[in-house]
Amino acid sequence: MSKYKKHIMVCGGTGCRASESDTIVEKMKKELENRNLDKDVQVVITGCFGLCEKGPIVKMLPDNTIYTEVKPVNVTEIIDEHIIKGRKVKSLLPADSYKGKTDSKNMDSFKKQIRIALKNCGFINPEVIDEYIASNGYEALGKALMEYTPEQTIDIIKKSGLRGRGGGGFPTGLKWEFAAKSKGDQKYVVCNADEGDPGAFMDRSILEGDPHSVLEAMAICGYTMGATEGLIYIRAEYPLAIERLQIAIKQAREYGLLGKNILGSGFDFDIILKLGAGAFVCGEETALIHSMEGLRGEPTIKPPFPAESGYNNMPTNVNNVETFANIPTIINKGAEWFASIGTKKSTGTKVFALAGKINNVGLIEVPMGTTLREVIFEIGGGIQDGKKFKAVQTGGPSGGCLTEKHLDTPIDFDNLIEAGSMMGSGGMIVMDEDDCMVSMAKFYLDFTVEESCGKCAPCRIGNKRLYETLDKITQGKGTEADLDLLRNMSHVIKDTSLCGLGQTSPNPVLSTLDNFWDEYIAHVKDHKCEAGQCKSLLQYNIIAEDCVGCTACARVCPVGCIAGEKKEVHIIDQSICIKCGACMDKCKFNAIELI
Amino acid sequence: MAKVKTLADLRKMKSELRSKIQVRENPENPESIVQIKVGMATSGIASGAKEVYNFFTEELAKRNLSGITIQVGDMGYCYAEPTVEVLVPGKDPIVFGYVDVKKADQIIEKYIKNGELLDGIIPPNYQNINE
Repeated sequence: MSKYKKHIMVCGGTGCRASESDTIVEKMKKELENRNLDKDVQVVITGCFGLCEKGPIVKMLPDNTIYTEVKPVNVTEIIDEHIIKGRKVKSLLPADSYKGKTDSKNMDSFKKQIRIALKNCGFINPEVIDEYIASNGYEALGKALMEYTPEQTIDIIKKSGLRGRGGGGFPTGLKWEFAAKSKGDQKYVVCNADEGDPGAFMDRSILEGDPHSVLEAMAICGYTMGATEGLIYIRAEYPLAIERLQIAIKQAREYGLLGKNILGSGFDFDIILKLGAGAFVCGEETALIHSMEGLRGEPTIKPPFPAESGYNNMPTNVNNVETFANIPTIINKGAEWFASIGTKKSTGTKVFALAGKINNVGLIEVPMGTTLREVIFEIGGGIQDGKKFKAVQTGGPSGGCLTEKHLDTPIDFDNLIEAGSMMGSGGMIVMDEDDCMVSMAKFYLDFTVEESCGKCAPCRIGNKRLYETLDKITQGKGTEADLDLLRNMSHVIKDTSLCGLGQTSPNPVLSTLDNFWDEYIAHVKDHKCEAGQCKSLLQYNIIAEDCVGCTACARVCPVGCIAGEKKEVHIIDQSICIKCGACMDKCKFNAIELI
Repeated sequence: MAKVKTLADLRKMKSELRSKIQVRENPENPESIVQIKVGMATSGIASGAKEVYNFFTEELAKRNLSGITIQVGDMGYCYAEPTVEVLVPGKDPIVFGYVDVKKADQIIEKYIKNGELLDGIIPPNYQNINE
């Protein structure tokens, strides 16, 4: 039925377009026309292949051959050899091809992403349990209940090397074992779905795209520790995730996959939802438990750990959404399989939410040990508008920024901590040369100040003082002594805060001080903000030679700080100027500069 | 709804469900149909995925095409929402980005009816562990 017999797909992602993929498309169309092939072969511009470093990419259909680093001069060769004679153009095949991997279906080495936690996301209807069952759903629960003892199940998770994906990176199997060994009349499994980092949406995507995987994993966890009740703590700000979870729970109950005597095993397990009001601190497990109990969402000192005394003072195991989403696959495919992915100490994959100044904003899942360069410049398609990469903030308000020197560091729990950041839950915010790092640190501190529960003084008062000092620097009123103050205060807050929120909140300050010291110095000594974001440090000036005296700027100025007669050079009164930039936008003669 | 009472029941159910899917994906089978998956997580819906979903559902019927529209979760290509995956029996699934009603119409007329591709296809850049 197809009108076209063959298709040539040319990558039209930003990276490939920068290296002339547009010209390639035009030339292909023309050459095909010249050969009277334009009715048989269609040239299609595609989105990013995620192989930007080897671009431009050209993919041939139906045989799925991929050509890399194609230049306009190669077009005729591709058409004459590949299309007409049916021979592959060897010089353009990616290096791997000599191992026999010439088509994209087998080019796994080329695909940087492996989807485990996201395996069903975007493939099945999250509101239909049958689709989940058809893609091997609840098999792992059945297998655990029928074929493994609780101890064996914990052992599989331990051997897999899975570590908590919420940010801490604590070995999951060990956590389960603690909870299993604790004694209590009633035990609880809790799913932490209180995703709160700015720019992070991994957990939401999993819950919206594959809620059953989390339910199944919670039931497996319940089986290993002897819990019959599960609770999902989710923020009310995620209405769609809540709705889909409710549908999933209802369907699982109808099938008897939740409830009494699951699959005839004698094991009972049910799950309810607990809605939170969206406080960042409630991602901390003790605060989360208090919030579920109806108390204020404030952390308490550990020990006792929730594994001994958690929800209702009973043994409780708390895991993050993504951690749970990995469990069914580990049971189905085995611990060795999982441990073979990733690095030795950080096994498996990690989901990241790419945001900020990056071309392919989105949700990705890569094996641990993938480098930042691969994530940002290949999968992420590079920096928007061809700007220069400056830094990436990982781990949200608790993490730090990583810079160019870290680009080739393999991402895993330990490497990121060594580099002064942390894995966090997986938000990655990419910044370019136009971003001011002092303002960035201030943004995160503003968030932390807002979200601090106020229970302990270092966090409540210290973060506020950090914010004020940063604010002072961005106003151009900072001194070098303030930089020492920032550093000292940061260390005190880290060392003395009660919970993870305060212990990590100074990280954005410390890591920017370490990596962008010059930028801080420029702010306090020269009163300059290179990135042009700190408005107080900027000055709008009228260039006398270029000003024609059209009065447009004076008319648009909201505070009337521009004076000058018609056809004469105008002047800005800096003491009144509010730096709104309206004059610069209005000027048709480029006579206003920002210094 | 019948309860799934044993692991054997569950496995039987799985293979039945799978063979149903195979029937609709097998181009040789007269019952094979086009499957359209619309990414409908919050980000997709916010960029208009519901409208696109309704359009496909109504238009497939109006234009006498046998096919189903399925809502799915986030495909990961958030920069190109709404995203839609079209699976024509016997062919590899193809993901289209930035799908609005106009583009959805082109997908039906050009791709589904004629096998013609459209600019803006998103190549899959990951490996999925689902068999």
